[in-house]
Amino acid sequence: MKTTTKWLLSILALIISLIHFIPFYILMTTAFKDRTDFSSRWLFPDYVSFANFFDAWERANLTNAFMNSIIITVGAAVLLIFFGSMAAYPLARVKSKVNQFIFGLFVAIMVIPPLAALVPLYNLVVQMGLINTHAIAILNNFASFLPLTIFLYAGFIKSTIPKELEEAARIDGAGTVTLFFRIVFPLLKPITATILIISSVYIWNDYQFAIFFLQDSSVHTLTVTLSNFFGENQNNLNLVAAAALMASLPMIIVFLFLQKHFVSGLSSGAVKG
Amino acid sequence: MSELINKQNSTMSKKRRKISKDESSLWWMYIPAFTAVSLFIIYPFLNGIQISFTDWDGFSQDSNWIGLDQYKRLFSDPLTWLVVRNTLLYGVGSTFLQLTIGLLYALLLNRSIKFKALTRTIIYLPVIISPLIMGYIWVFFFAYQGGALNDVIMWLGFDPVNALGNPSVNPWIIVLVNTYQFVGISMIIYLAGLQGISKDYYEAADIDGASAFQQFKKITLPLLMPSITINVVLNLIGGLKLFDVIVSLTGGGPGNASQSMSTFMYTLYFRREDAGYAATQGVLMTFMILAISLIALIYFKRKEVEA
Repeated sequence: MKTTTKWLLSILALIISLIHFIPFYILMTTAFKDRTDFSSRWLFPDYVSFANFFDAWERANLTNAFMNSIIITVGAAVLLIFFGSMAAYPLARVKSKVNQFIFGLFVAIMVIPPLAALVPLYNLVVQMGLINTHAIAILNNFASFLPLTIFLYAGFIKSTIPKELEEAARIDGAGTVTLFFRIVFPLLKPITATILIISSVYIWNDYQFAIFFLQDSSVHTLTVTLSNFFGENQNNLNLVAAAALMASLPMIIVFLFLQKHFVSGLSSGAVKG
Repeated sequence: MSELINKQNSTMSKKRRKISKDESSLWWMYIPAFTAVSLFIIYPFLNGIQISFTDWDGFSQDSNWIGLDQYKRLFSDPLTWLVVRNTLLYGVGSTFLQLTIGLLYALLLNRSIKFKALTRTIIYLPVIISPLIMGYIWVFFFAYQGGALNDVIMWLGFDPVNALGNPSVNPWIIVLVNTYQFVGISMIIYLAGLQGISKDYYEAADIDGASAFQQFKKITLPLLMPSITINVVLNLIGGLKLFDVIVSLTGGGPGNASQSMSTFMYTLYFRREDAGYAATQGVLMTFMILAISLIALIYFKRKEVEA
């Protein structure tokens, strides 16, 4: 490539980055500005003020929201990794008619929009007495993210884990449980990292389930808290921006540090799928 | 000697038999996952089909079997056509934009240029933000009073616009915001596809004197078909299910102008206590998404075979 073309394309890339960064920039200038500061959102304030952040944390009760989001995300992610990898193993290894049907069923479920089954699901949850509990948020997120988890694990087991290894372990007398958790599961580390990160982002950001099943303020997650806070502070968007920034920060940090897992997981899943 | 070998063979085959027996008994391992999915997805979905034939309000004990009445209502309700149109716009519109813009980004970032990692990171960053919060962030941009867009419009000497409150504009804003947020996924999938195309093809084409456009049309595009298929299906499913970002950007308004099937179902169930009808909408939505994704999948898979 000629150097001029290279530089022109590099500048184009930079311009695209700048355009894509605009919303984040506006979010920051809004969050850092005092309520009485009516200057354009394009301009960064010439003072440094964290007042909005302290105020928003207090008024939106973000301590409670963070706790709930953490409990639900960790709970659902642990279940996903444990039961998802376990389910994928026989589906990837044993090619029986039943297994092929079950695997197909898991894949087909990915198409069903969670909201389409909302009416009966809500009814079921009420009957189980699980409304306004962490348990139901964990279970709902677990169930709805399971198909993708199993799909990714099964693809990884098929393509990278040598069968000979398991056969050798079996001849040495290892039972299924030992074999899976001692030998196979440790080898799944790369795809486990990917699934852990992708699923955590989705569960952390879940609003559809949370808004229906977590109506009591004590169990509100970050998204539900944010939507209520936005409703109460329509005329003080600076405060909303500060809360939105704080709610997004954990996942932004995770992303910046573990970026390669996001990207490699997506592309490997895509290439094999 | 031969006896010894025979003995060894027979223990070996016993062990082999034990392995295959163990393997076929692995099915219990997917029972927990299957139970969770049956209880929280399959059962509610089937039950929803049943409820769609009743007049249940969602709260009381009694509900009556009313046959196809809800479906008759569904197809004669002008709101149905509005929300179906919006849902299709969100699904097909953002899929089209994500496919084309994502491809352009991937082609650019597949070359050896500066700022590659930075650009990729920034384009992908919105993917990890909650779509609900992403909607609020764009409210700061589009808001009538104090919004960043109107600052620019006023600097240029025009009257401020109320983009989010304008029913003929705001469905398109939802498409744009959804595209902005998830174009990074398409880009990454394309990049993975591009990296899988051997350089040899391009070298051979260069020798034959093929132009850059011809190379794109005859080499890149056909070999990229599997990535295109995945992107079409992923974006369609995502766009047709759209909910959070609509809630935060427009709340489905003004009136019902920007409602999707998801937000409409939410309104029906919680605000109007009309569960039977909400379930009917849910059935329509599921079969619509299923049909559209399947048609797209089959259509694009065929193209892959041709390539």
